[in-house]
Amino acid sequence: MSGYSVKVVEGKYNLSGEFHTIEPNQPILDEKGKLCGITNPRRIVHHHSLGGEAPFFQAITRGRLLATRCDNKNCKDGFGSIFLPYRIHCPDCLERNTEIDVTDLANKTARVYSFMVCERSGAFNTLEKPIRFVNVEFDGVATILMSYLLGKQEPKIGMKVRPIFRTKKPTYTITDLAFVPAETAEKDLPADFTFSK
Amino acid sequence: MITFSKRQLKIPKFARDVYLVTGGNSEFRRAFPEKRTEELCIEALQEAAKYVGMTATELKKYIHTCYYGHFADHFGDQLLGEAVIHDRLGLDPLGNIGVKTGGATGGSTIWEAAKAVASGYSDCTLAMGWERMDEVPTDEGNNYISCAADKDWETPLGHIYTGYYAVMAQKYWNVYGREEESFRRTLAEISVKNHGYAYHNPFAQAGMKITVEDVLKSPVVAYPLRALDACLMSVGASCVILADKETAYQMCKQPLLLYCAAGSHTLRVADRRDMEIPLLPNETEETYKDLDKEFPGGERYPGFTGFLAARMAAYYAYNWTGIKDPCEDLDLVELHDAFTISDVQTYEDIGIRPYGRGRTYVESGDCYHTNPKTGKPGKLPANLSGGLIGCMHAVGATGIMQVVDLMYQIHGRHAEIHGDPERWKRYGKQKPKDWEDLQVKGAKRGLAISHAGVGSHVTCTIVMQPDARLDK
Ligand SMILES: [Zn+2]
Repeated sequence: MSGYSVKVVEGKYNLSGEFHTIEPNQPILDEKGKLCGITNPRRIVHHHSLGGEAPFFQAITRGRLLATRCDNKNCKDGFGSIFLPYRIHCPDCLERNTEIDVTDLANKTARVYSFMVCERSGAFNTLEKPIRFVNVEFDGVATILMSYLLGKQEPKIGMKVRPIFRTKKPTYTITDLAFVPAETAEKDLPADFTFSK
Repeated sequence: MITFSKRQLKIPKFARDVYLVTGGNSEFRRAFPEKRTEELCIEALQEAAKYVGMTATELKKYIHTCYYGHFADHFGDQLLGEAVIHDRLGLDPLGNIGVKTGGATGGSTIWEAAKAVASGYSDCTLAMGWERMDEVPTDEGNNYISCAADKDWETPLGHIYTGYYAVMAQKYWNVYGREEESFRRTLAEISVKNHGYAYHNPFAQAGMKITVEDVLKSPVVAYPLRALDACLMSVGASCVILADKETAYQMCKQPLLLYCAAGSHTLRVADRRDMEIPLLPNETEETYKDLDKEFPGGERYPGFTGFLAARMAAYYAYNWTGIKDPCEDLDLVELHDAFTISDVQTYEDIGIRPYGRGRTYVESGDCYHTNPKTGKPGKLPANLSGGLIGCMHAVGATGIMQVVDLMYQIHGRHAEIHGDPERWKRYGKQKPKDWEDLQVKGAKRGLAISHAGVGSHVTCTIVMQPDARLDK
């Protein structure tokens, strides 16, 4: 379903094409033909703003990992904290954080804090199963990023990993960022993914 | 290291006491193709009226404001579903509002309804919760649930909430569980227990007599968790009626005191930052002096091994009600057993056991109605309703069902409700020949934990006989 397009022109959404399709509903009958209910089919496309996080999602399509840092000296708990997930505002002082590039830090220090191999997925899933969820720690980062592991190796707590980026055919979602075991060679990366650029 | 201010840590209180007058449940099932949601809600309200010898019409005349807990509009395919129910319950012209806090919706609905009484705005309130999870295929249901995680940062990762949740189980399994086979069996015991208690509960969806081996042989959902470690997906409704003291005693002979506190933590587990362990009344700094030496990998608090929201809900509730030690001061608990392993995490978060020692609550036999090791009453029986694993998880109703079941227990009327052969028949079930009375003898105080997803919201509701209060 791609008979539509969404652009932003002069700060306004510019929509064209079909954003929903109409299908007739059907009755739900029991074995004796008694009416129990009806189906309500619908397919809808939302358009969603990435807002102040858009730089992060654009950067991963270009092979860079961005985080943010609170630089407010008066922020007692947050000053100097590095946030990844990229947080637009500091959760403590609510000042706008400073964007920083943590690609090199991630290449050197990323390691698995926890993980889960999940055999199931929900509707609309685009990842290959089983999905290997990994929660990744980085030196000096206050938070623990959720992502997924690609490659043949099974995840382990403490395993050293490296970020990889879907730079060839990006989806512009968080799935454009993944991790592989640190010793993985460039030639063994999954299709459409590269190391940092 | 993050910190909380004194004002944030203030012990809550109500401006006046709040009483639980009555409550009721519908039956719970995986699907009700022949019933609309309103039919289930009406069933729950009629149960509540009957429990105190009133008609629904009589009960409704007392209610002044209404709180409706309903987690996902998507599941019922009806925006403002709360207004539909309010309308069908015929509760005009009363002010009413919907409450949504994911898995904690039921508990949060009670929290809101209680505050309306406590403030004096209303003398009597309704807290009604339900969920309709049977109108989409399971994988689309999983997608909807995953949309309650962060849509940009988490949902695209598999559209499967279990994955976001289970990484915490993995960390607990590794650090505190030490990946021991014996711990795996302890987890299985929880499932056996809760399915077993549900077997005696006519409302329950999945009463079963199973063994540890059955659990260990059930399909892997996300290693080490298996299908029988997980909660149910359910349809059904539950409600409670709350009132101030004067009104409560006009409505019934034996109202119970009710307290409810709430805590929160980051919606994304990714955003959890380090902090000191907030201590409960039965803990000191000494309790955790050697925790990271004893359990390497447990250096971060709460990391992924604990739930701050549950700890804080207990912190507020215990210090408020005067509970020093849950094992001494409570007679039974209903916990949010979304998974067997998160049940163990909750034992620690709410101080039934210190962090790292949760498994001993099961292994000692303390969590049973009758301790299988000694044959004597369990010290603090847990989830005698069958919990989320054995009874139901109709999200918006869950936290309310727990409180209704505690009420039956504290009134000493558990067998009257659960053992009624007519009720079993009405639900199309045969009362088991080996049906057991799970009444906790002399129960005076009970606690219920209602918990959202990865721990974003948790409520702690405590109900007790008025003469058993500890705060005055
Ligand atoms: Zn700050």
